[in-house]
Amino acid sequence: MSVLLEVNGLDVRFETPEGEVHAVRGLNFSLQPGETLAIVGESGSGKSQAMLAILGLLAENGAATGQARFKGEDLMAMTPQELNRHRGRDIAMIFQDPMTSLNPYLSIERQMIEVAMHHQGLGRREARTHAIEMLRAVRIPDPETRIRQYPHEFSGGMRQRIMIAIGLLCEPDVLIADEPTTALDVTVQSQLAALVDEVVARSNMAAILITHDLGVVAGMSDRVLVMYAGEVVEYGTVEQIYAQPLHPYTRGLIDSVPRLDREDHEALHAIPGNPPNMLALPPGCSFRERCAHAFEACAEAPELSEPGEGRLKRCHLEKAP
Amino acid sequence: MSGPASGRRRKQRPVLKVQDLAVTYDIQQGGLLRRHTRPLNAVDGISFELARGETLGVVGESGCGKSTLARALLGLVQPRRGRVLWLGEDLVGLDEKTLRKKRKELQIIFQDPLASLNPRMTVHDIIAEPLWTFYPKIARVQVEERVRGMMKMVGLLPNQINRYPHEFSGGQCQRIGIARALVLNPRLIICDEPVSALDVSIQAQIINLLKDLQRKLALSLIFIAHDLAVVKHISDRVMVMYLGRAMEVSSAPNLYRRPLHPYTSALVKAVPIPDPAARRRTATSGLRGDMPSPLDPPAGCVFHPRCPYAVKRCEIEVPPLRRLPQGDWVACHLAEELDLTIVKSG
Repeated sequence: MSVLLEVNGLDVRFETPEGEVHAVRGLNFSLQPGETLAIVGESGSGKSQAMLAILGLLAENGAATGQARFKGEDLMAMTPQELNRHRGRDIAMIFQDPMTSLNPYLSIERQMIEVAMHHQGLGRREARTHAIEMLRAVRIPDPETRIRQYPHEFSGGMRQRIMIAIGLLCEPDVLIADEPTTALDVTVQSQLAALVDEVVARSNMAAILITHDLGVVAGMSDRVLVMYAGEVVEYGTVEQIYAQPLHPYTRGLIDSVPRLDREDHEALHAIPGNPPNMLALPPGCSFRERCAHAFEACAEAPELSEPGEGRLKRCHLEKAP
Repeated sequence: MSGPASGRRRKQRPVLKVQDLAVTYDIQQGGLLRRHTRPLNAVDGISFELARGETLGVVGESGCGKSTLARALLGLVQPRRGRVLWLGEDLVGLDEKTLRKKRKELQIIFQDPLASLNPRMTVHDIIAEPLWTFYPKIARVQVEERVRGMMKMVGLLPNQINRYPHEFSGGQCQRIGIARALVLNPRLIICDEPVSALDVSIQAQIINLLKDLQRKLALSLIFIAHDLAVVKHISDRVMVMYLGRAMEVSSAPNLYRRPLHPYTSALVKAVPIPDPAARRRTATSGLRGDMPSPLDPPAGCVFHPRCPYAVKRCEIEVPPLRRLPQGDWVACHLAEELDLTIVKSG
């Protein structure tokens, strides 16, 4: 199968008043057509910044190096004009907060039609028909009327569905969703998760789901990439990751999800400590201070190894934790 | 009218008794010429009892009135009707001065840990502020001793005492918020979405901490959240709210094994299971559409337009919250006929 998106040696650095932050450190991954990849990690793990870097959307003080080949073309070597041809049309991103990423002054119609006209070269009428179809696909009731409304007239769940509709408008090859359901109620979350799942399956689109919650992505991803302190610490199929995590951090992420389907044990298995200070990363394995399995070897930073076909881990432990 | 009482600790006198509490906001509507106000019943007739050392979870979607309930309990918003009996004394209608004294015993922890801490104050001053407010003549050494004790209790390091909130991660900020809430030795803490802004890994730490402190200090806890799995983990009993009303009040294990209300059942089914084998199970919560506007709540049972089991009666008659023989409470006409069992016993 051909590779749709291939990221190689991605590094992201930020200049801050306190010093340099090396937010993403040598990230590699690839995405096949129709595949759903979950990128999982805590705040500050670099998961969102890596995606923004690929799309050329880093903040002013950020700089990225490395390659991100989309259908063979390196996105990171492109000028902003060249990138604009791909953003939204070939690769679309849905952000966490729908209220800040929709323009409050423009009707939904205006925001959707502009995208469709710009990227797909549709006329106004066709663009409108297409936009209404997309709203119907994400189950906005009465889309012909509601398309004329403004963002504040919709509930949080509906705004997020509109964001998805806009993301899908140009039928991109890759859909990147950054914590698309975090700010939402569980009932809305489950509706949306099912919706994204369905759309991705139907259109053979590839998707990257960014989240801190392994519970949410279990049912909707094919592969999982776990990031810690800017690096990949584990990679595998969703079944491998949940059934036999190889990195203590992954194990911790799975165990810290409170579960409804189990009888209560006394305490949740929290990961002790806090995410590391990216301004002053400790030497050796960056997870060492929070790891219950740390031993002498961990004073040396572990390399990424391949313990099995298609699996990666960055840990000195021989056996799974 | 007496509300659902604690099952396990029923024989003990409750510390808090809430009776038929209702809060109404006036919402401005219309343009310049046709401006008018409409009442929004954010909390509509909530009753419950809370025992010493008990945790009541309050769960519901955005707009169900759970945060308004928290504010009404503390007298931060004025209820339209009802009583909040704290150790037998009604807090509703107390003057501000008397109410402030009561707040020594009733504290709150907020959702956004960083936003609820003053960025210009050190950890020491944030935790000490309630002491200065309630005991203006307290000696400096006493304050510092108390602050250090609190920091230790919530898992902050002694050398962090002079740092500022921005130097801490979200989880640590929430620990500071908890220390501030505990410094006056309260007997009841209301936690309003205390972990929903945190990473899952850190969430678990804070839940464990709250559970631990509650046991050590025999605190009563009202734990408000939209995440049912979190609520179930920390609560003895859980109240499920929808459009300002209680749909069900059940013991935490029962709520998951055998929900009594169709809305509870939908909430339970919507929680994602962190297991690929349960794939696509999450897609079948069975809940139709969105929550109706609280300005225009449906007649009869407020849940009936979204309920897969609704019958004619549900459109007309408001179901009262009533106690079933097994001890849990439900507001559904069909509770006896429905079997919403999710986990078979045994």
